[in-house]
Amino acid sequence: MELILVNLIDGLVTGLLLFMLSAGLTLIFSMMGVLNFAHASFYMLGAYFAYQISIALGFWMGLLLAPLIVGVLGAGVERYGLRRVHQYGHVPELIFTFGLALLIEELVQFIWGKNQMPYNVPDALNFTAFSIAGNSIPAFKIFMIFISIGIFIGLLFILTRTRVGMIIQAALSYPRTVEALGHNVPLIFMGVFGVGTALAGVAGVIAGPVLGTFPGMAFVLGSIVFVTIVIGGLGSLWGALVASLLIGWITTFAKSYNVAMSDILNGIGIATPENLSEHFLRDFWTVTSPQIADILPYILMVLILIFRPAGLFGKRKS
Amino acid sequence: MSEANQPDPADPNEQITTDPSRPAQRMRAGSMTLTLMPWIVGAIALAVMPAIFQSNSAITIMNQMWITVVFALSYNMLLGQGGMLSFGHAVYAGVGGFASMHIMNMTDFFSALPLPVLPVFGGLFGMGLAMIVGSFSTRNAGTVFAMISLGVGELIAASSVIIVAFFGGEEGVSGDRTYAQPFFGNEFLQQIDVYYLTSFWVLLSAALMYLWSRTPVGRMANAVRDNPERAEFLGYSARWVRFYSFVASGFFAGVAGGLFAINYEILTEENLNTASSGVILLVTFLGGVGFFFGPIIGAIAFTLLQTVLSLQTELWAFYVGALFLATVMFFPGGLAGLIMMHVPAFRLGKAGLLVVPYIKTLVPAAIGTLGLCALLEMTFHVRHAATGDNEMTLFWMTFDSHAILPWIIAIAITVIGLGITRVTAPALKQVWNEANSAGGAS
Repeated sequence: MELILVNLIDGLVTGLLLFMLSAGLTLIFSMMGVLNFAHASFYMLGAYFAYQISIALGFWMGLLLAPLIVGVLGAGVERYGLRRVHQYGHVPELIFTFGLALLIEELVQFIWGKNQMPYNVPDALNFTAFSIAGNSIPAFKIFMIFISIGIFIGLLFILTRTRVGMIIQAALSYPRTVEALGHNVPLIFMGVFGVGTALAGVAGVIAGPVLGTFPGMAFVLGSIVFVTIVIGGLGSLWGALVASLLIGWITTFAKSYNVAMSDILNGIGIATPENLSEHFLRDFWTVTSPQIADILPYILMVLILIFRPAGLFGKRKS
Repeated sequence: MSEANQPDPADPNEQITTDPSRPAQRMRAGSMTLTLMPWIVGAIALAVMPAIFQSNSAITIMNQMWITVVFALSYNMLLGQGGMLSFGHAVYAGVGGFASMHIMNMTDFFSALPLPVLPVFGGLFGMGLAMIVGSFSTRNAGTVFAMISLGVGELIAASSVIIVAFFGGEEGVSGDRTYAQPFFGNEFLQQIDVYYLTSFWVLLSAALMYLWSRTPVGRMANAVRDNPERAEFLGYSARWVRFYSFVASGFFAGVAGGLFAINYEILTEENLNTASSGVILLVTFLGGVGFFFGPIIGAIAFTLLQTVLSLQTELWAFYVGALFLATVMFFPGGLAGLIMMHVPAFRLGKAGLLVVPYIKTLVPAAIGTLGLCALLEMTFHVRHAATGDNEMTLFWMTFDSHAILPWIIAIAITVIGLGITRVTAPALKQVWNEANSAGGAS
C-alpha cells in the first residue's frame, strides 16, 4: 500500500513534468497545425541557461530568468524561421523544426561540451519533506508538483477567463475573422509560441537538477512528449494533462512492479513451452515489465492512432 | 542521373502531356537515347570510379555512398513522390539487413545462394514489415502518418534491445559473406568485388524505382500527394495508392539494408534507431525531394561531408545541421532544385550572363563562410581543449588560439567576405531576373 503511494507521487512528478512540455506543444500545434520537433530542445536550453545563471545568481534567479530567455528565443524562431518556412507548407515546417532540434543539440555540445553539468537541487530545497514507510520523498519533488499545478491553473485561467485568452482561443479557430476584427494575429502566434517554449524552459529548469543536464536530455524526452499529445488528442489541453499523468503512472508502475510476460500468459491459461531457451519466441516469454516500461507509451500511441486517430480528447481530424 | 521530366505542377512546361508543336518535347517523347542517356552515363561512371579512386578507403566510402543512394531513393518514394513524411524509415532497412544477416548465418541455405541475390531477401523482409505497418499507417497522410511512423520506429528500435533472438541485443548480429555460393568463381573477399555488387544493385534499384514512378501507381502517388480528395473522385483509393508506395518503398529500403549487411557484415541497433531515420530524412531533403535524382545528389554530398568533414573537425555535425536548416529555409527544393533552377536560363541561352556575377558573389560568400567557420573552430578550441594546449591547426596553419592576431584576421575575413557578398548580391539578383526572362538582351 505504501509502495503504491510512493509510486503515485513519483508518477505524478513525471506526469506533471511531461505536462509542462506537452501543454506548450499542444498549444503551438492547435495554433499553427505544426508539431514542433524542437520543443524538447527548448526544455534542454532552459536547463542549461538555468545552470549558467545559477552559477552567478543562484537557483531562484535561474528559475525566473531562464524561461524568459528561452521564451524570447522561441518567439525569435517563430518570427524569423517558422514564419518564413510556412509558405512552403506543413511538411517543410515539420522538417524545419526537426533540423532545429538537431542544431540546438549540436549548439549545446559546442558551448557546454558533452558531459553532464553539475546542476543541482538548491540547498533550500535539499531536504526530505516526509517519508512513507521508509521511502523518503525529497522536498524538491513536492516543489515540482506545486510549480506544475500552479502553471496549469494559471494557464487555464488565462486561456478561459481573460480577454487575452479569449482572443487567443478565437485566433486558434478563426484566424481570419480575428484579424478582420483588428487584432494582430501573427503577433498572437508569436506570443503563443514564445509562451509555449518558455513553459518548456520552466520544465527544463526544474527537471535539470533531477534528471540531469546533458546534451541528450532533449532526445530522451522529445519523442515521449509527442506521444503524450498524440495520445491526449492534438490541440487539447485537458487531453495533454490526462495523457501526461497516464504515461507518468504507467511507466512508474511498470518499472517498480516486476511482472514477467510468462506470468501473464500462464495466468490466462497458456502454458510455458518446453525447452524455452530454444523456442523462437523465447525473448517474448522472458520479457518483464521494467524492460518494456519505456516503450509502453509508444505501444499505447500506436494503438490509439489505429483505433482512435483523434486521440483521447481530440476533436480535430487532420 | 536522370533527366528532369518529373512533373512539376507549378510549371506548365513540365507537364507530361506532350505538345508536339514544341521541339524540345517532341524530341524528349520520341528519343530513346535521350531517355537512356543518364543511365548509361551513370553506369559508366559507376564502372570507372574505382579506377580513379583506387585506395581501399575511397572504395569503402563509395560503397557507403551507393547504399545511402538506394536508401535515400526509397525514402523519397514516400516523401517526395507520395508526400508521406516518415520518421522511422530506418526500421525497414534495418529489418531487411538483420534478415539478410540471419540468412548469411543459415549455413546450409546460404552456401547454395549466390551472394548478389541476398539483397532480394532483405528487400522481401523490409516489404513484409512495410505491409504490416502500412496496413494501418497509410490510412492517413500528414501528421498522423508521421506520428505513427515515429511510434513504430521507436517501438522497433527499443525492442531491438529486448528481442535478442532476432536483433542480437547490444552487440548486434554479424556474419560472413564469403560462405555464399561462389558467383562465377568470385567469393567476394575484397572490397572491390563488393563495390561492383553494390553498383549493380544501385543501378538496378534506381532504374526500378524510376520505372515505378512512371507506372500508373507511381503517377497516382503524385496525385494523392497533391490532392487526395480529387484523386478519390477519379476513382482511386488514396489509401491503397499510399499503401502500394509504402510497400514498394519498404522493399527498396530492405534492399539497402541487405547491401549494408553484405558490405559491413554486421548490423546493430544503430541501423534502425531514430537517429538513422533522421539522417535519411536529412540526406533526402538536402538533395531535393522534388526530383527523382535529388536523393542521389543528397546521398553523395552527405556521405562526402560526413566522411571528409568528420576527419577534419569535431564540429561537422553542427555544420551539417546548419546547412540542413539553411536548405529548408532558403532552398526548399534542395540541391536538385538549385540545379534545376538554372534550366530556364540554359534554355534561353542566357546562362553565360550569370557566370561573372556568380563569381563576384559566391567567392566572397564562400570566403566569408570559411572565416565564420574558423571563428567557430577557434571558439571551440579555446573552450574545450585541455588547459595549456593553446596550439591549434586550421587550414594547414598552426597558431596560438589564445593570441589576439588570429582572431582579428578571422573576424576581418568574415566581415569583408560577407560584406562584399551583401554588396554584390543585388546585382546578381538583377542579372538572374534578366537571364530568366525571354527576349533580346536589354
